[in-house]
Amino acid sequence: MPKLKTTRRDFLGLAGSAAVAGAVPIVVTLRPIEATPAMLTSAIRNVVGEAQVQTGKVKIDIPPLVENGNTVPMTVSVTSPMTETDYVKSIHVFNEKNPQPNIGNFYIGPWAGRAQVATRIRLADSQKVVAIARMSDDSFWSVSAEVIVTLAACTEEVN
Amino acid sequence: MASTLINVPPKAKRGDIIEIKTLTSHIMETGFRRTAASDLISRNIITSFTCRYNGNEIFRADFFPAISANPYLSFFTIAKESGKFEFEWIGDNGFSTTASASIAVE
Repeated sequence: MPKLKTTRRDFLGLAGSAAVAGAVPIVVTLRPIEATPAMLTSAIRNVVGEAQVQTGKVKIDIPPLVENGNTVPMTVSVTSPMTETDYVKSIHVFNEKNPQPNIGNFYIGPWAGRAQVATRIRLADSQKVVAIARMSDDSFWSVSAEVIVTLAACTEEVN
Repeated sequence: MASTLINVPPKAKRGDIIEIKTLTSHIMETGFRRTAASDLISRNIITSFTCRYNGNEIFRADFFPAISANPYLSFFTIAKESGKFEFEWIGDNGFSTTASASIAVE
């Protein structure tokens, strides 16, 4: 039997989805410059070339929810024995929605003992962070992490 | 000259994996921000960092505007011999600063 009366729950559900739909274009107009997933892909291609990027071995330690995108602590570690014949050559970190897709490149070697790098990064929006490691056999391994940012960095106005 | 903070263990056993931490004062202006008058503020960032251990490069990093102001770095190396770590930061507008720290390996 069809419902004749609009319940309070129905109404709130409708109002909620209307608000979400209305909010999306506003967010886009407020942020004129941002990297696109295509830019992320091409930035990754610049590093890995034609090589196949496999998933695994790499780990990103980053808070899943950050209040301030201006300083987000991030640690990237790679599972590797770090011997003379099997080690990590470099670690590359990318983002999806900052004005530029690159975050940093870190070059290490077997002398590092542990393939781990930590720094603090800026995130202009809630987005995906991708870390890629280049091994001594020139294979590439990657992982990505989703971060929700409530206060964006990079493009805010200076007072 | 920008001020820097280096954290290297003063002593280590041969073969130990040690952590090196560095902090540099730098605005890391992204080049994407605007003033209230909507003028674009030009980019001013550190673009590269190098660490040498007794003359050999053990760690290098390329920075982009997505690295936070006052860049912090932590990385590892194996304590092989007593000596000196030298750190160098290079950036836009001819920015350059260096620092060093020594370690005793037994």
